[in-house]
Amino acid sequence: MTATTAAPYEVSQRARSTRRRPVRHRAAGPLFVAPFLVLFVLLFLAPLAYAAYLSLFQHRLIGGTTFVGLDNYVTAVSDPLLIRGVLRVATFLVIQVPVMLLLALLFALALDSGLLRLARVVRLGIFVPYAVPSVVAALMWGYLYGPDYGPFAQLSKAFGLAMPRFLTDGWMLGSLANIVTWEWVGYNMIILYVALRAIPHDLYEAAAMDGAGAWRIAWSVKLPALRPALLLTMVFSVIGSFQLFNEPNLLQRIAPDVIDSAYTANLYAYSLAFTSQQVNYAAAVSFLLGIVIVIVSYALLLTANRRRSS
Amino acid sequence: MTTATMTSRGTATADRAPRPAGRRRSAVNRRSIPLTIAMLAALAYFLLPLFWLLVASTKSTQDLFTTFGLWLSDSPQLLTNIWATLTHDDGVFVRWLVNTLIYAVASSLGAALLAAAAGYGFAKFRFRGDRAAFNLVLGAVMVPTTALAIPTYLLFAKVELVNTPWAIILPSLVSPFGLYLMRIYAQDAVPDSVIEAARIDGAGELQIFFRIAMRLLAPGLVTVVLFTLVATWNNYFLPLIMLNDPRLYPITVGLASWASQAVGGGSGANSDMLALVVTGSMLSIVPLVVAFLLLQRYWQSGLATGGVKQ
Repeated sequence: MTATTAAPYEVSQRARSTRRRPVRHRAAGPLFVAPFLVLFVLLFLAPLAYAAYLSLFQHRLIGGTTFVGLDNYVTAVSDPLLIRGVLRVATFLVIQVPVMLLLALLFALALDSGLLRLARVVRLGIFVPYAVPSVVAALMWGYLYGPDYGPFAQLSKAFGLAMPRFLTDGWMLGSLANIVTWEWVGYNMIILYVALRAIPHDLYEAAAMDGAGAWRIAWSVKLPALRPALLLTMVFSVIGSFQLFNEPNLLQRIAPDVIDSAYTANLYAYSLAFTSQQVNYAAAVSFLLGIVIVIVSYALLLTANRRRSS
Repeated sequence: MTTATMTSRGTATADRAPRPAGRRRSAVNRRSIPLTIAMLAALAYFLLPLFWLLVASTKSTQDLFTTFGLWLSDSPQLLTNIWATLTHDDGVFVRWLVNTLIYAVASSLGAALLAAAAGYGFAKFRFRGDRAAFNLVLGAVMVPTTALAIPTYLLFAKVELVNTPWAIILPSLVSPFGLYLMRIYAQDAVPDSVIEAARIDGAGELQIFFRIAMRLLAPGLVTVVLFTLVATWNNYFLPLIMLNDPRLYPITVGLASWASQAVGGGSGANSDMLALVVTGSMLSIVPLVVAFLLLQRYWQSGLATGGVKQ
C-alpha cells in the first residue's frame, strides 16, 4: 500500500487520457484508505497475531514461560469446561436465533402489510430496546425475574399459581434467551422491514394479477426478496450468540449458584484471563472461539449461496 | 451491488411512503383489528421492562421489595432518587455519564471520519491490492469483538495503554461495518462527474474530499456516527477488562459495579444501593432513546443501505 503502487489497469487508461486523470492523484486512493488500514492492522490484526503467538506458550510457576506448540489447543478441545460452555451457547443459538428472527420477520411483514393501525408507534416501540445497554437490560429483567419481589412472582402469588422460577438451573438459558430476544428483535425487524419497503410494488401487482392472495405474495414474492437481509441478520445473530457474555455476567450476581465462571465460552475465556491469570490458555481459548465463529458464519453464507445458485 | 438508488429511496420509503392517494384510502378500509391487537400485545412485551424501570425509579429500595412492581408505591420519590443518584460518592455517576459521552463521541466521530475517507478511497479509486484489502476488512466483521478484546488487552498492557481513555477509544475507531456502509454510500452519493469537474477546476484530492465529497456523504456519515455511538455507549466488555479506576468507568461498568454492591453489600432491602442502580439505569437510557426518536430517519436509511445490498 505504498504511494508507488499505481493502479495496474489504470495505467493504460491514463496513457490515453492524461488530461482527465493527471498523475498528481495517483497516490490519492491509498492515501484515503491508509489511516483506516493502519489502525486496522494495529488494532485488529496485531492483537490477533499476538493472541496466536501467546497461545503457543505456557507459563508455569517453576520454569517460567516455555514454548509448548499446540499444547494449549489440545488441552482446550478436550477441556470439559470449555466444551460445556460451547455446547450451552450452541443450544442457546439453535433455539434463540430462529425464534428471534421469526418474530422479527412476522413483525416486519405485519408492519409492511399496511393492515395495521398505529404502525409507527408499534415500530418504534419494538425498536426501542436496541437503544438500551445490555447491562441495563440484564439488570431490569434480573429484577423482573426475582423470585420474591419480581412482579411475575407477585402476580402468581396473588392468583395462587405456581411460582415461575426464572433464575433456576432449568430455566436460566430460557431466561437469558428472553433478554437477548427482547434486546434484538426490534433491530432485526427494522432491517427486514426496510428491505421489504425496498421491494418494487409492481411485483405485488403482477402477483395479484396472477391471482395471488396476501399470504401467497408474502411467501412467494416478499420472502425471496428478503434473502440477503435475512442472511445478514442471521450471521450477525450467530456471531452475537457465540459471544454471549454481558447478560450471564450480570445475572451471575443474583444467581451465582446457577451461572458459574464457565457458563458460556466467553465467560470462561474472561475468567481464565482475569481471575486465574492463565493468559496463554485464555488466548488459545479466545482464538479458538474466534475460529469457531468464523467457520460457522462462513458455512452459513456458503450454504445460503449454494442454495440460491442451485 | 445492483440497487443503485437504494440509499436515497430507503430514507423516503421508511417513513412516509409516497403512494397514490386512492391506494391509501383503500388501505384504511383494509386495516385489520385483530392484527392491530396482536401487535399491541407484542408492543406491551417490549415496553413492559421500560415501564417497570420508570415506576421503579420512583421508589425507595425498601418499596422496591415490598410494593407491587408494576405500580407506584404510596410515596413516590423520583426527584429524591435522582438527586441521590447524582450525588452518591461525590457525584461519581455524573462522572460516568461524562466519560461515556466523551468515549462515545470521540469514538463515533473518529470512526465515521476514518470510515468515510477509506470508503471514499475504495469506492472512487483503483489501486493495487484494493480489493484484497477491502475483503480483508470485511472478513473482520466476523471476528468476534470479545474474542479480540482479550488479546487487545494483553497488547495494550504491554504498551501501557490499559486503564486510560485510549483503551476504550482506540479499538472503537476501526469499524469494518462503517467502512462497508460508507463504501456503498460513496459509490452512489458522490458522482464521478463531480470529482472530474473539480479536478479540471484544479482542486486537489484532499480538497475535493473535504469540501465536496464530505458534504454529499453527510447522511451516510450520520448513520455511521449513530451506530458507533450506540455501540460505544452500550459497550460493557471492553471497558470492563481495560479499566480499573472507577473514575474512568463508563456508565455501563459503573452501573454493574453498583449492582454488585447492591447484591453483595447489605442484605437485600437494607442496602440503599438498589434504588440508585434503578434510577441510574433509567437516567442512562434517556439520552439514547431521545437520540433515536429524533434521528429515526437516519438510522433507518442506514439500515436500508446495509441490509438490502449484498
